[in-house]
Amino acid sequence: MLLGKKIPGIDESIRTDLPVLRSYNGRAAGHVSDLAFSRWLASPSSWMLVLISVAILFPGALAAQTHYTMFNALAALWKWLPLILMEGFFLNILISFLSMLIGTASGILLGLMQISLNTPARQSAFWITQLFRNSPWLVILFIVLLALPFDIDLGFTSIRIPDWTKAVFGLSLPVMANISEVVRGGVLSVPSGQWEAAESLAYSRHQTMWFIILPQCFKRMIPPWMNWYAILTMATPLVSLLGVEEIITISRQAMEAEDNHPELLIPFYGFALIIFFVYCYPIARMTLRLEKRFSVKL
Amino acid sequence: MTSSWTPDQPIISLQDVHKSFGSLEVLKGISLDVMKGEVICVIGPSGSGKSTLIRCINGLNDIQEGSIKVKGQEVHDPKLDKLELRKKVGMVFQQYNLFPHKTAIQNVMMAPVMVLKRSKKEVEKQARNLIKKVRLEGKEESYPGELSGGQQQRVAIARSLAMNPEVMLFDEVTAALDPETVKEVLVTIKELASEGMTCILVTHEMGFARELADHIYFTDNGVIVEHGPPVTFFTEATDPRTKEFLSQIL
Repeated sequence: MLLGKKIPGIDESIRTDLPVLRSYNGRAAGHVSDLAFSRWLASPSSWMLVLISVAILFPGALAAQTHYTMFNALAALWKWLPLILMEGFFLNILISFLSMLIGTASGILLGLMQISLNTPARQSAFWITQLFRNSPWLVILFIVLLALPFDIDLGFTSIRIPDWTKAVFGLSLPVMANISEVVRGGVLSVPSGQWEAAESLAYSRHQTMWFIILPQCFKRMIPPWMNWYAILTMATPLVSLLGVEEIITISRQAMEAEDNHPELLIPFYGFALIIFFVYCYPIARMTLRLEKRFSVKL
Repeated sequence: MTSSWTPDQPIISLQDVHKSFGSLEVLKGISLDVMKGEVICVIGPSGSGKSTLIRCINGLNDIQEGSIKVKGQEVHDPKLDKLELRKKVGMVFQQYNLFPHKTAIQNVMMAPVMVLKRSKKEVEKQARNLIKKVRLEGKEESYPGELSGGQQQRVAIARSLAMNPEVMLFDEVTAALDPETVKEVLVTIKELASEGMTCILVTHEMGFARELADHIYFTDNGVIVEHGPPVTFFTEATDPRTKEFLSQIL
Protein backbone atom coordinates (compact mmCIF):
# COMPACT_ATOMS: atom_id res chain seq x y z
CA MET A 1 0.00 0.00 0.00
CA LEU A 2 1.48 3.22 -1.11
CA LEU A 3 0.73 6.57 0.57
CA GLY A 4 -2.68 5.42 1.66
CA LYS A 5 -3.92 4.93 -1.88
CA LYS A 6 -5.33 1.54 -2.48
CA ILE A 7 -4.66 -0.01 -5.82
CA PRO A 8 -7.62 -1.96 -7.34
CA GLY A 9 -6.61 -5.47 -8.13
CA ILE A 10 -3.72 -5.31 -5.64
CA ASP A 11 -4.90 -3.75 -2.40
CA GLU A 12 -8.67 -3.96 -2.99
CA SER A 13 -11.13 -5.85 -5.11
CA ILE A 14 -11.34 -5.31 -8.83
CA ARG A 15 -13.78 -2.52 -9.90
CA THR A 16 -14.24 -3.64 -13.50
CA ASP A 17 -13.91 -6.84 -15.39
CA LEU A 18 -12.31 -5.10 -18.38
CA PRO A 19 -8.62 -5.96 -18.79
CA VAL A 20 -7.43 -2.44 -18.16
CA LEU A 21 -3.95 -2.18 -16.93
CA ARG A 22 -2.94 1.24 -15.87
CA SER A 23 0.68 2.07 -16.01
CA TYR A 24 2.40 1.10 -12.81
CA ASN A 25 3.04 4.31 -11.04
CA GLY A 26 5.21 2.80 -8.43
CA ARG A 27 8.34 4.76 -9.44
CA ALA A 28 6.99 8.15 -8.81
CA ALA A 29 8.03 8.14 -5.20
CA GLY A 30 10.47 5.17 -5.29
CA HIS A 31 10.05 1.68 -3.88
CA VAL A 32 10.34 1.08 -0.23
CA SER A 33 13.32 -1.26 -0.89
CA ASP A 34 15.31 1.68 -2.25
CA LEU A 35 15.58 3.01 1.22
CA ALA A 36 16.69 -0.31 2.65
CA PHE A 37 20.39 0.45 2.73
CA SER A 38 19.91 3.89 4.17
CA ARG A 39 17.60 2.48 6.73
CA TRP A 40 20.13 -0.11 7.69
CA LEU A 41 22.86 2.46 7.84
CA ALA A 42 20.74 4.52 10.13
CA SER A 43 20.16 1.61 12.42
CA PRO A 44 22.28 1.30 15.63
CA SER A 45 23.96 -1.99 14.61
CA SER A 46 25.68 -0.46 11.59
CA TRP A 47 27.18 2.34 13.64
CA MET A 48 28.57 -0.28 15.95
CA LEU A 49 30.21 -1.96 12.99
CA VAL A 50 31.78 1.26 11.77
CA LEU A 51 33.05 2.12 15.22
CA ILE A 52 34.60 -1.30 15.63
CA SER A 53 36.32 -1.08 12.24
CA VAL A 54 37.76 2.30 13.05
CA ALA A 55 38.89 1.08 16.41
CA ILE A 56 40.79 -1.76 14.77
CA LEU A 57 42.19 0.01 11.76
CA PHE A 58 43.11 3.28 13.36
CA PRO A 59 46.18 2.05 15.36
CA GLY A 60 47.43 0.13 12.32
CA ALA A 61 47.15 3.26 10.21
CA LEU A 62 48.88 5.18 12.95
CA ALA A 63 51.65 2.61 13.14
CA ALA A 64 52.13 2.68 9.40
CA GLN A 65 52.90 6.36 9.66
CA THR A 66 55.62 5.98 12.39
CA HIS A 67 56.88 2.29 11.82
CA TYR A 68 60.59 1.93 11.06
CA THR A 69 60.70 -0.10 7.85
CA MET A 70 63.49 -2.12 6.24
CA PHE A 71 63.72 0.66 3.70
CA ASN A 72 64.59 3.12 6.48
CA ALA A 73 67.15 0.70 7.85
CA LEU A 74 68.82 0.28 4.46
CA ALA A 75 68.82 4.03 3.96
CA ALA A 76 70.58 4.40 7.31
CA LEU A 77 73.12 1.75 6.28
CA TRP A 78 73.77 3.56 3.03
CA LYS A 79 74.40 6.76 4.94
CA TRP A 80 76.97 5.12 7.21
CA LEU A 81 78.59 2.93 4.55
CA PRO A 82 81.58 5.18 3.75
CA LEU A 83 82.60 5.39 7.41
CA ILE A 84 82.11 1.68 8.02
CA LEU A 85 84.23 0.79 5.01
CA MET A 86 86.95 3.41 5.10
CA GLU A 87 87.58 3.51 8.84
CA GLY A 88 86.15 0.20 10.04
CA PHE A 89 86.89 -2.45 7.48
CA PHE A 90 90.10 -0.75 6.47
CA LEU A 91 91.40 -1.14 10.01
CA ASN A 92 90.43 -4.83 10.00
CA ILE A 93 92.43 -5.37 6.84
CA LEU A 94 95.36 -3.36 8.18
CA ILE A 95 95.38 -5.42 11.37
CA SER A 96 95.23 -8.62 9.35
CA PHE A 97 98.16 -7.56 7.12
CA LEU A 98 100.42 -6.52 9.97
CA SER A 99 99.49 -9.50 12.12
CA MET A 100 100.16 -11.88 9.23
CA LEU A 101 103.50 -10.24 8.53
CA ILE A 102 104.71 -10.52 12.11
CA GLY A 103 103.16 -13.96 12.56
CA THR A 104 104.76 -15.33 9.40
CA ALA A 105 108.24 -14.05 10.22
CA SER A 106 108.17 -15.36 13.78
CA GLY A 107 106.39 -18.53 12.66
CA ILE A 108 109.10 -19.43 10.17
CA LEU A 109 111.73 -18.93 12.86
CA LEU A 110 109.78 -20.99 15.37
CA GLY A 111 109.14 -23.72 12.80
CA LEU A 112 112.84 -24.03 11.98
CA MET A 113 113.64 -24.09 15.68
CA GLN A 114 111.27 -27.02 16.07
CA ILE A 115 113.48 -29.14 13.82
CA SER A 116 116.72 -27.81 15.20
CA LEU A 117 119.37 -30.23 16.41
CA ASN A 118 119.79 -28.06 19.51
CA THR A 119 117.59 -29.72 22.13
CA PRO A 120 116.69 -26.72 24.33
CA ALA A 121 115.80 -24.69 21.25
CA ARG A 122 113.73 -27.52 19.85
CA GLN A 123 111.85 -28.19 23.06
CA SER A 124 111.08 -24.57 23.88
CA ALA A 125 109.90 -24.00 20.31
CA PHE A 126 107.65 -27.04 20.62
CA TRP A 127 106.00 -25.82 23.79
CA ILE A 128 105.53 -22.26 22.56
CA THR A 129 103.87 -23.61 19.41
CA GLN A 130 101.57 -25.90 21.37
CA LEU A 131 100.64 -23.13 23.80
CA PHE A 132 99.46 -20.67 21.18
CA ARG A 133 97.87 -23.26 18.92
CA ASN A 134 95.64 -24.61 21.65
CA SER A 135 94.48 -21.41 23.32
CA PRO A 136 91.39 -19.38 22.44
CA TRP A 137 92.36 -16.37 20.38
CA LEU A 138 90.11 -14.04 22.35
CA VAL A 139 91.71 -15.00 25.65
CA ILE A 140 95.17 -14.43 24.17
CA LEU A 141 94.01 -11.01 22.99
CA PHE A 142 92.72 -10.05 26.42
CA ILE A 143 95.91 -11.17 28.11
CA VAL A 144 98.06 -9.27 25.64
CA LEU A 145 95.92 -6.17 26.02
CA LEU A 146 96.31 -6.20 29.76
CA ALA A 147 99.89 -7.41 29.90
CA LEU A 148 101.37 -4.87 27.51
CA PRO A 149 101.88 -1.40 28.93
CA PHE A 150 99.56 1.45 28.03
CA ASP A 151 102.43 3.66 27.15
CA ILE A 152 106.17 3.66 26.90
CA ASP A 153 107.78 6.14 29.24
CA LEU A 154 110.83 7.70 27.62
CA GLY A 155 111.52 10.11 30.44
CA PHE A 156 110.89 13.36 28.58
CA THR A 157 107.74 12.07 26.95
CA SER A 158 105.61 8.99 26.89
CA ILE A 159 104.35 7.28 23.78
CA ARG A 160 100.87 5.92 24.03
CA ILE A 161 100.60 2.45 22.54
CA PRO A 162 97.28 2.34 20.70
CA ASP A 163 94.99 -0.58 21.33
CA TRP A 164 95.01 -1.74 17.75
CA THR A 165 98.79 -2.16 17.90
CA LYS A 166 98.43 -4.47 20.86
CA ALA A 167 95.68 -6.28 18.98
CA VAL A 168 98.05 -6.81 16.05
CA PHE A 169 100.62 -8.33 18.36
CA GLY A 170 98.01 -10.43 20.14
CA LEU A 171 96.64 -11.90 16.90
CA SER A 172 100.13 -12.56 15.59
CA LEU A 173 100.75 -15.10 18.35
CA PRO A 174 98.31 -17.83 17.28
CA VAL A 175 99.27 -17.11 13.66
CA MET A 176 102.93 -17.61 14.60
CA ALA A 177 102.14 -20.97 16.19
CA ASN A 178 100.15 -22.21 13.21
CA ILE A 179 102.68 -21.03 10.63
CA SER A 180 105.34 -22.76 12.72
CA GLU A 181 103.45 -26.02 12.23
CA VAL A 182 103.03 -25.34 8.52
CA VAL A 183 106.77 -24.82 8.14
CA ARG A 184 107.65 -27.86 10.19
CA GLY A 185 105.24 -30.00 8.22
CA GLY A 186 106.52 -28.62 4.95
CA VAL A 187 110.12 -29.36 5.78
CA LEU A 188 109.33 -32.87 6.99
CA SER A 189 107.39 -33.54 3.79
CA VAL A 190 110.54 -33.30 1.69
CA PRO A 191 111.75 -36.88 1.02
CA SER A 192 114.63 -38.00 3.21
CA GLY A 193 116.58 -38.85 0.06
CA GLN A 194 117.11 -35.14 -0.47
CA TRP A 195 118.74 -34.84 2.95
CA GLU A 196 120.93 -37.87 2.22
CA ALA A 197 121.98 -36.63 -1.19
CA ALA A 198 122.85 -33.25 0.30
CA GLU A 199 124.81 -34.89 3.11
CA SER A 200 126.70 -37.07 0.66
CA LEU A 201 127.69 -33.95 -1.24
CA ALA A 202 129.16 -32.51 1.97
CA TYR A 203 126.55 -29.76 2.41
CA SER A 204 126.32 -28.37 5.92
CA ARG A 205 122.92 -28.64 7.63
CA HIS A 206 122.39 -24.90 7.26
CA GLN A 207 123.17 -25.01 3.53
CA THR A 208 120.96 -28.06 3.08
CA MET A 209 118.04 -26.35 4.80
CA TRP A 210 118.21 -23.00 3.01
CA PHE A 211 119.31 -24.03 -0.49
CA ILE A 212 117.82 -27.47 -0.96
CA ILE A 213 114.99 -28.24 1.43
CA LEU A 214 113.20 -24.91 1.96
CA PRO A 215 113.07 -23.96 -1.75
CA GLN A 216 111.37 -27.27 -2.42
CA CYS A 217 108.70 -26.97 0.22
CA PHE A 218 108.12 -23.23 -0.14
CA LYS A 219 105.56 -23.71 -2.90
CA ARG A 220 103.77 -26.38 -0.93
CA MET A 221 103.48 -24.12 2.10
CA ILE A 222 101.69 -21.32 0.26
CA PRO A 223 98.12 -22.76 0.26
CA PRO A 224 98.01 -23.42 4.04
CA TRP A 225 99.61 -20.03 4.61
CA MET A 226 96.89 -18.32 2.59
CA ASN A 227 94.29 -20.33 4.45
CA TRP A 228 95.59 -19.00 7.75
CA TYR A 229 95.44 -15.46 6.40
CA ALA A 230 91.76 -15.93 5.61
CA ILE A 231 91.14 -17.35 9.09
CA LEU A 232 93.02 -14.46 10.65
CA THR A 233 91.01 -11.91 8.67
CA MET A 234 87.78 -13.50 9.79
CA ALA A 235 89.05 -13.37 13.39
CA THR A 236 89.84 -9.64 13.35
CA PRO A 237 86.32 -8.65 14.52
CA LEU A 238 87.39 -10.16 17.87
CA VAL A 239 89.37 -6.99 18.53
CA SER A 240 86.09 -5.07 18.75
CA LEU A 241 85.74 -6.64 22.17
CA LEU A 242 88.92 -4.85 23.11
CA GLY A 243 87.48 -1.53 22.11
CA VAL A 244 89.42 -1.15 18.88
CA GLU A 245 87.46 0.98 16.42
CA GLU A 246 87.05 -1.52 13.65
CA ILE A 247 84.06 -2.50 11.55
CA ILE A 248 81.95 -4.08 14.25
CA THR A 249 82.55 -1.30 16.78
CA ILE A 250 81.75 1.36 14.20
CA SER A 251 78.63 -0.52 13.09
CA ARG A 252 77.45 -0.62 16.68
CA GLN A 253 78.16 3.08 17.11
CA ALA A 254 76.27 3.83 13.89
CA MET A 255 73.27 1.84 15.05
CA GLU A 256 73.41 3.70 18.34
CA ALA A 257 73.33 7.00 16.43
CA GLU A 258 70.29 5.76 14.53
CA ASP A 259 68.38 5.19 17.76
CA ASN A 260 69.06 1.46 18.00
CA HIS A 261 66.06 0.31 16.00
CA PRO A 262 66.05 -3.46 15.97
CA GLU A 263 65.46 -3.27 12.19
CA LEU A 264 69.00 -1.98 11.82
CA LEU A 265 70.64 -5.12 13.17
CA ILE A 266 70.34 -7.34 10.14
CA PRO A 267 71.36 -4.73 7.54
CA PHE A 268 74.43 -3.58 9.49
CA TYR A 269 75.70 -6.96 10.64
CA GLY A 270 74.62 -8.47 7.37
CA PHE A 271 76.76 -5.96 5.57
CA ALA A 272 79.76 -6.81 7.72
CA LEU A 273 79.20 -10.47 6.89
CA ILE A 274 78.98 -9.77 3.19
CA ILE A 275 82.05 -7.57 3.07
CA PHE A 276 84.15 -10.19 4.82
CA PHE A 277 82.80 -12.85 2.47
CA VAL A 278 83.62 -10.75 -0.58
CA TYR A 279 87.16 -10.36 0.74
CA CYS A 280 87.83 -13.91 1.94
CA TYR A 281 86.08 -16.03 -0.69
CA PRO A 282 88.47 -15.11 -3.54
CA ILE A 283 91.34 -15.99 -1.20
CA ALA A 284 89.77 -19.39 -0.55
CA ARG A 285 89.33 -20.05 -4.27
CA MET A 286 92.88 -19.01 -5.04
CA THR A 287 94.08 -21.29 -2.27
CA LEU A 288 92.24 -24.21 -3.87
CA ARG A 289 93.74 -23.46 -7.26
CA LEU A 290 97.25 -23.18 -5.89
CA GLU A 291 96.80 -26.40 -3.92
CA LYS A 292 95.91 -28.26 -7.08
CA ARG A 293 98.82 -26.72 -8.92
CA PHE A 294 101.38 -27.49 -6.23
CA SER A 295 100.11 -30.94 -5.32
CA VAL A 296 102.97 -33.32 -4.80
CA LYS A 297 104.26 -34.78 -8.03
CA LEU A 298 106.63 -37.48 -6.97
CA MET B 1 143.73 -35.68 12.03
CA THR B 2 145.65 -36.38 8.88
CA SER B 3 147.26 -39.76 9.05
CA SER B 4 149.93 -40.94 6.71
CA TRP B 5 148.24 -43.06 4.16
CA THR B 6 150.20 -44.57 1.33
CA PRO B 7 148.73 -46.15 -1.81
CA ASP B 8 149.93 -49.59 -0.78
CA GLN B 9 147.44 -49.50 2.07
CA PRO B 10 143.74 -50.08 1.45
CA ILE B 11 141.93 -46.86 0.68
CA ILE B 12 138.89 -48.21 2.48
CA SER B 13 139.19 -50.67 5.31
CA LEU B 14 136.39 -52.17 7.37
CA GLN B 15 137.26 -54.15 10.48
CA ASP B 16 134.62 -56.21 12.27
CA VAL B 17 131.85 -53.69 11.78
CA HIS B 18 128.63 -54.16 13.76
CA LYS B 19 125.56 -52.06 13.15
CA SER B 20 122.14 -52.35 14.74
CA PHE B 21 118.91 -50.45 14.18
CA GLY B 22 117.54 -50.49 17.68
CA SER B 23 117.43 -54.15 18.66
CA LEU B 24 117.81 -55.45 15.11
CA GLU B 25 121.41 -56.24 14.26
CA VAL B 26 121.96 -55.66 10.56
CA LEU B 27 125.75 -55.92 10.23
CA LYS B 28 127.25 -58.69 12.29
CA GLY B 29 130.96 -58.29 11.89
CA ILE B 30 131.95 -57.16 8.41
CA SER B 31 135.58 -56.90 7.40
CA LEU B 32 136.79 -55.94 3.97
CA ASP B 33 139.58 -53.99 2.31
CA VAL B 34 139.47 -51.98 -0.89
CA MET B 35 142.65 -50.89 -2.67
CA LYS B 36 142.83 -47.71 -4.68
CA GLY B 37 141.58 -48.16 -8.22
CA GLU B 38 139.71 -51.37 -7.46
CA VAL B 39 136.11 -52.06 -8.40
CA ILE B 40 134.27 -53.96 -5.68
CA CYS B 41 130.81 -55.45 -6.07
CA VAL B 42 128.70 -56.40 -3.08
CA ILE B 43 125.91 -58.80 -3.90
CA GLY B 44 123.38 -60.66 -1.84
CA PRO B 45 119.70 -61.14 -1.05
CA SER B 46 117.50 -58.28 0.15
CA GLY B 47 117.93 -57.39 3.78
CA SER B 48 121.44 -58.80 3.97
CA GLY B 49 122.85 -55.42 4.92
CA LYS B 50 124.45 -54.37 1.61
CA SER B 51 123.03 -50.86 1.51
CA THR B 52 123.61 -50.33 5.22
CA LEU B 53 127.23 -51.33 4.72
CA ILE B 54 127.80 -48.77 2.01
CA ARG B 55 126.02 -46.05 3.92
CA CYS B 56 128.27 -46.64 6.91
CA ILE B 57 131.32 -46.04 4.76
CA ASN B 58 130.45 -42.39 4.13
CA GLY B 59 128.99 -41.86 7.55
CA LEU B 60 125.27 -41.72 6.68
CA ASN B 61 124.73 -44.46 9.26
CA ASP B 62 126.76 -44.82 12.42
CA ILE B 63 128.17 -48.10 13.73
CA GLN B 64 128.09 -49.65 17.15
CA GLU B 65 131.31 -51.65 16.97
CA GLY B 66 134.31 -52.00 14.74
CA SER B 67 136.14 -49.48 12.62
CA ILE B 68 135.85 -48.03 9.15
CA LYS B 69 138.87 -46.25 7.78
CA VAL B 70 138.87 -44.13 4.66
CA LYS B 71 142.41 -43.21 3.61
CA GLY B 72 143.59 -44.02 7.09
CA GLN B 73 140.98 -41.81 8.77
CA GLU B 74 138.49 -43.38 11.13
CA VAL B 75 135.02 -42.51 9.83
CA HIS B 76 133.23 -42.85 13.12
CA ASP B 77 135.61 -40.77 15.13
CA PRO B 78 133.37 -38.20 16.81
CA LYS B 79 135.99 -35.53 16.20
CA LEU B 80 136.02 -36.19 12.48
CA ASP B 81 134.54 -33.48 10.31
CA LYS B 82 132.11 -35.59 8.33
CA LEU B 83 131.88 -32.96 5.65
CA GLU B 84 135.58 -33.36 4.90
CA LEU B 85 135.12 -37.10 4.58
CA ARG B 86 132.23 -36.69 2.17
CA LYS B 87 134.29 -34.54 -0.10
CA LYS B 88 136.41 -37.61 -0.70
CA VAL B 89 133.63 -40.18 -0.89
CA GLY B 90 130.87 -39.66 -3.42
CA MET B 91 127.60 -41.56 -3.39
CA VAL B 92 124.93 -42.30 -5.97
CA PHE B 93 121.54 -43.52 -4.79
CA GLN B 94 118.94 -45.90 -6.14
CA GLN B 95 116.35 -43.09 -6.18
CA TYR B 96 118.73 -40.60 -7.87
CA ASN B 97 117.73 -37.88 -5.34
CA LEU B 98 118.35 -35.04 -7.74
CA PHE B 99 117.27 -31.62 -6.53
CA PRO B 100 113.99 -31.11 -8.41
CA HIS B 101 113.98 -27.33 -8.18
CA LYS B 102 117.28 -26.98 -10.07
CA THR B 103 118.25 -27.79 -13.66
CA ALA B 104 120.64 -30.62 -14.46
CA ILE B 105 123.65 -28.36 -14.77
CA GLN B 106 122.73 -26.48 -11.59
CA ASN B 107 122.48 -29.82 -9.77
CA VAL B 108 126.00 -30.65 -10.90
CA MET B 109 127.43 -27.20 -10.20
CA MET B 110 125.86 -26.38 -6.85
CA ALA B 111 128.01 -28.47 -4.53
CA PRO B 112 131.47 -27.52 -5.86
CA VAL B 113 130.51 -23.85 -5.79
CA MET B 114 128.86 -23.82 -2.38
CA VAL B 115 130.82 -26.48 -0.51
CA LEU B 116 134.26 -26.41 -2.14
CA LYS B 117 134.03 -22.68 -2.79
CA ARG B 118 135.45 -22.99 -6.27
CA SER B 119 134.90 -20.29 -8.87
CA LYS B 120 131.67 -20.52 -10.79
CA LYS B 121 133.30 -20.25 -14.18
CA GLU B 122 135.71 -23.07 -13.56
CA VAL B 123 132.99 -25.26 -12.09
CA GLU B 124 130.70 -24.60 -15.03
CA LYS B 125 133.36 -25.75 -17.44
CA GLN B 126 133.87 -28.96 -15.50
CA ALA B 127 130.13 -29.46 -15.17
CA ARG B 128 129.57 -29.22 -18.90
CA ASN B 129 132.39 -31.68 -19.47
CA LEU B 130 130.90 -34.12 -17.01
CA ILE B 131 127.46 -33.87 -18.59
CA LYS B 132 129.04 -34.52 -21.94
CA LYS B 133 130.90 -37.46 -20.45
CA VAL B 134 127.71 -39.11 -19.20
CA ARG B 135 126.29 -38.54 -22.66
CA LEU B 136 123.64 -36.01 -21.74
CA GLU B 137 124.81 -33.13 -23.88
CA GLY B 138 121.88 -30.86 -24.64
CA LYS B 139 120.07 -31.68 -21.43
CA GLU B 140 121.90 -29.18 -19.24
CA GLU B 141 118.94 -26.86 -18.85
CA SER B 142 116.36 -29.58 -18.27
CA TYR B 143 114.80 -30.09 -14.88
CA PRO B 144 114.95 -33.58 -13.36
CA GLY B 145 111.22 -33.92 -13.88
CA GLU B 146 111.81 -33.67 -17.61
CA LEU B 147 114.41 -36.42 -17.72
CA SER B 148 113.97 -40.17 -17.85
CA GLY B 149 115.15 -42.40 -15.01
CA GLY B 150 118.36 -43.37 -16.71
CA GLN B 151 119.14 -39.77 -17.60
CA GLN B 152 118.49 -38.67 -14.03
CA GLN B 153 120.80 -41.36 -12.72
CA ARG B 154 123.55 -40.20 -15.05
CA VAL B 155 123.09 -36.62 -13.88
CA ALA B 156 123.39 -37.95 -10.33
CA ILE B 157 126.66 -39.63 -11.24
CA ALA B 158 127.93 -36.41 -12.84
CA ARG B 159 126.89 -34.51 -9.73
CA SER B 160 128.94 -36.75 -7.48
CA LEU B 161 131.90 -36.65 -9.83
CA ALA B 162 131.92 -32.85 -9.80
CA MET B 163 133.25 -33.01 -6.25
CA ASN B 164 136.34 -34.87 -7.47
CA PRO B 165 135.95 -37.74 -5.03
CA GLU B 166 138.50 -40.45 -4.58
CA VAL B 167 135.97 -43.20 -3.99
CA MET B 168 132.53 -43.60 -5.53
CA LEU B 169 129.81 -45.59 -3.80
CA PHE B 170 126.90 -46.88 -5.87
CA ASP B 171 123.87 -48.08 -3.93
CA GLU B 172 121.82 -50.30 -6.29
CA VAL B 173 121.80 -47.53 -8.84
CA THR B 174 120.16 -49.54 -11.61
CA ALA B 175 117.52 -51.29 -9.51
CA ALA B 176 114.79 -48.80 -10.42
CA LEU B 177 115.53 -48.73 -14.14
CA ASP B 178 114.34 -50.79 -17.09
CA PRO B 179 116.92 -52.97 -18.90
CA GLU B 180 117.64 -50.51 -21.72
CA THR B 181 118.37 -47.63 -19.41
CA VAL B 182 120.35 -49.94 -17.12
CA LYS B 183 122.81 -50.38 -19.97
CA GLU B 184 123.27 -46.60 -20.35
CA VAL B 185 124.19 -46.26 -16.70
CA LEU B 186 126.45 -49.29 -16.61
CA VAL B 187 128.42 -48.02 -19.59
CA THR B 188 129.02 -44.78 -17.70
CA ILE B 189 130.23 -46.64 -14.63
CA LYS B 190 132.44 -48.85 -16.78
CA GLU B 191 134.15 -45.80 -18.23
CA LEU B 192 134.67 -44.41 -14.75
CA ALA B 193 136.24 -47.62 -13.59
CA SER B 194 138.52 -47.83 -16.57
CA GLU B 195 139.79 -44.33 -15.74
CA GLY B 196 140.98 -45.64 -12.38
CA MET B 197 138.21 -44.50 -10.01
CA THR B 198 137.81 -46.67 -6.93
CA CYS B 199 134.21 -47.91 -7.03
CA ILE B 200 132.15 -49.90 -4.57
CA LEU B 201 128.89 -51.11 -6.09
CA VAL B 202 125.95 -52.74 -4.44
CA THR B 203 124.22 -54.34 -7.35
CA HIS B 204 122.03 -57.10 -8.67
CA GLU B 205 123.58 -56.94 -12.12
CA MET B 206 125.57 -60.16 -12.13
CA GLY B 207 126.77 -59.76 -15.67
CA PHE B 208 128.15 -56.37 -14.86
CA ALA B 209 129.80 -57.66 -11.70
CA ARG B 210 131.40 -60.51 -13.54
CA GLU B 211 132.71 -58.24 -16.28
CA LEU B 212 133.97 -55.34 -14.25
CA ALA B 213 134.66 -56.27 -10.66
CA ASP B 214 138.07 -56.90 -9.27
CA HIS B 215 136.54 -58.52 -6.23
CA ILE B 216 133.06 -59.71 -5.34
CA TYR B 217 131.63 -59.97 -1.83
CA PHE B 218 128.53 -61.98 -1.11
CA THR B 219 126.63 -60.95 2.02
CA ASP B 220 123.81 -62.75 3.69
CA ASN B 221 122.25 -61.94 7.04
CA GLY B 222 124.78 -59.27 7.92
CA VAL B 223 127.96 -61.28 7.33
CA ILE B 224 130.22 -61.76 4.35
CA VAL B 225 129.63 -65.36 3.41
CA GLU B 226 132.11 -65.61 0.61
CA HIS B 227 134.26 -63.37 -1.52
CA GLY B 228 136.71 -63.65 -4.37
CA PRO B 229 137.62 -62.43 -7.82
CA PRO B 230 134.78 -63.01 -10.30
CA VAL B 231 136.71 -65.63 -12.16
CA THR B 232 136.64 -68.00 -9.20
CA PHE B 233 133.58 -66.65 -7.41
CA PHE B 234 131.00 -67.52 -9.99
CA THR B 235 132.40 -70.90 -10.91
CA GLU B 236 134.05 -72.26 -7.77
CA ALA B 237 131.81 -71.00 -4.96
CA THR B 238 132.12 -73.29 -1.95
CA ASP B 239 129.59 -72.10 0.64
CA PRO B 240 126.13 -73.67 0.23
CA ARG B 241 124.41 -70.32 0.74
CA THR B 242 126.44 -68.79 -2.03
CA LYS B 243 125.73 -71.72 -4.26
CA GLU B 244 122.02 -71.43 -3.57
CA PHE B 245 121.98 -67.70 -4.32
CA LEU B 246 123.97 -68.12 -7.51
CA SER B 247 121.80 -70.95 -8.73
CA GLN B 248 118.76 -68.76 -8.40
CA ILE B 249 120.09 -65.78 -10.23
CA LEU B 250 122.31 -67.21 -12.89
